[in-house]
Amino acid sequence: MAETDYRITRRAVLEGGAATCLFLASGLPVGAQNAGVVMTAGPANAPISRIPMTFRINATEHALELDPRTTLLDALRNHLGLTGSKKGCDHGQCGACTVLVNGRRINSCLSLAAQHEGDEITTVEGLADGDRLHPVQAAFVAQDGFQCGYCTPGQICSAVGMLEEVRAGWPSHASADVASGPGALTEAEIRERMSGNICRCAAYPNIVAAIRDAAEEV
Amino acid sequence: MQPFTYQRANNVKEAAAAVAANREARFISGGTNLLDLMKLEIERPTHLLDISRLPLDSIEETPEGGLRVGAQVRNSDLAADPRVRSRYPVLSQALLAGASGQIRNKASTAGNLLQRTRCFYFYDRNMPCNKREPGTGCAALEGFNRIHAVLGASEACIAVHPSDMAVAMAALNAEVETTLPDGTIRTMPIGDLHRLPGATPHVETALGHGEMITAVILPPAPPGRQLYRKVRDRASYAFALVSVATVIEKSGDRIRSARIAIGGVAPKPWRPLEAEYVLAGAAAADSAFTEAAESALAGAVGRGGNDFKIPLAKRTLRQTLAAAVEGA
Ligand SMILES: Cc1cc2nc3c(=O)[nH]c(=O)nc-3n(C[C@H](O)[C@H](O)[C@H](O)COP(=O)(O)OP(=O)(O)OC[C@H]3O[C@@H](n4cnc5c(N)ncnc54)[C@H](O)[C@@H]3O)c2cc1C
Ligand code: SF4
Ligand code: FES
Ligand code: FES
Repeated sequence: MAETDYRITRRAVLEGGAATCLFLASGLPVGAQNAGVVMTAGPANAPISRIPMTFRINATEHALELDPRTTLLDALRNHLGLTGSKKGCDHGQCGACTVLVNGRRINSCLSLAAQHEGDEITTVEGLADGDRLHPVQAAFVAQDGFQCGYCTPGQICSAVGMLEEVRAGWPSHASADVASGPGALTEAEIRERMSGNICRCAAYPNIVAAIRDAAEEV
Repeated sequence: MQPFTYQRANNVKEAAAAVAANREARFISGGTNLLDLMKLEIERPTHLLDISRLPLDSIEETPEGGLRVGAQVRNSDLAADPRVRSRYPVLSQALLAGASGQIRNKASTAGNLLQRTRCFYFYDRNMPCNKREPGTGCAALEGFNRIHAVLGASEACIAVHPSDMAVAMAALNAEVETTLPDGTIRTMPIGDLHRLPGATPHVETALGHGEMITAVILPPAPPGRQLYRKVRDRASYAFALVSVATVIEKSGDRIRSARIAIGGVAPKPWRPLEAEYVLAGAAAADSAFTEAAESALAGAVGRGGNDFKIPLAKRTLRQTLAAAVEGA
């Protein structure tokens, strides 16, 4: 896959004057300012250092040269054109950026790309098997588990990772007894285990229904 | 974010020495706290030492019958470990009450202990903060201080330590093992890891620069019932306003011994030893729980917005003790 490069040039930043304010006002994702450019707050003439990295994303190898500051989320969205993973808060608070790393769900905004060299990364783009949706994706469609859809890729990746955790017998804060592990995947269990994914449209009832359906299927 | 150079650590000693060699260098583990603070330029390291792949991610039995938890063990793995769930349930409960599934999958044991305060003014670079910029003052003293400390604070800083895990570890008398930059290994009781602010709130721990946490050692599981209770603004995914970890052992109708650690109320997990003495040997009844709660919060000082924490902490403590005794 060709590398799609959405970076702003350094020159554009320097010529922008009050660059930071301009970009914020223009609604550009905050990370786009950071990725690959020297931030105005840094030493004015600091060199742009880049390090080569290779990733395995959705079963495809990618080689990139990235500024060490690049988060995994910005690498996916701004350097690989994988814009399925969303940036909601960029601070670990919303879950929109959730991806699977070696099968585990994490917030890609709170992780440096450089820390994930060699890891097996799955984004929402990599869940389906060709035209066949992943059962969790299909359940979200069937149960109308969204309104605007912005949180949805994160919800889906999170649910895939969460169901794996349940299968592994991990208890949750909603489990009656941590020693005996999870009982039935009740609504309370689903809500607790999915609390790291915020939905601004409050599509929660349908999200819970979709996950309950998917749990039976997976 | 300020520019930095990135280096992956090959071993503990080298990592400690590399950080020690540069005042502006930091270890990075899960990054869930450090990167958050770096994006806001509250932390401005020029060099990052990535220790996330060091082989410190196992949980092993100790000869004494306890567990040695590697610094890199993820919060989710620690909470799900069958030995922890059966022998140290208070620790599983505390971990599972913290953060989210995604964050627990990244957060490490050492990073959790060393996470920094969530004080709003510490996070706001436009406001004075003695912890972020020594000598500038503390905006929280006269500010919106609902989440702040009622115990152990000072006129220089009233921030609380936000960790749930550390509160349970304090009740379990855990020890923290570190490696110094010269390769020396030392251990300290978890109660000695975090420092009270006094006049120097920017000095948060007993660790020297470059000193790396390598493990947390849990002594053999104490007898009795363990329980963690967390009170917060939302049912999930919120930091504690007050939390209580307790280990309580009964003998007949009497309490043989009790351990208490309180979270959300102080700059470190708070062990009210006086309250533990009150309980030792007392009849397992409401009167003893009330006396213990009064004693635990005796020195508490409210700052306005956080006044409610004092009665809330007493109620949470009474209720947690009563619930633990019931099952003990
Ligand atoms: C939205 C959100 C909600 C949260 N809610 C909760 C909650 O409810 N309860 C709770 O307890 N926590 C909560 N957290 C905090 C979370 O638990 C911490 O961010 C996490 O535990 C930090 O671990 P880490 O490995 O990512 O640390 P890092 O971010 O990698 O490191 C944190 C600090 O520790 C230092 N460090 C790391 N490892 C070592 C080592 N081995 N030796 C010496 N220094 C080291 C780093 O240099 C850094 O200064 C929340 C976080 C977020 C973002
Ligand atoms: S309470 Fe501490 S961290 Fe918060 S503003 Fe005051 S000095 Fe800073
Ligand atoms: S964008 Fe990562 S958690 Fe919000
Ligand atoms: S569907 Fe709009 S944010 Fe969830």
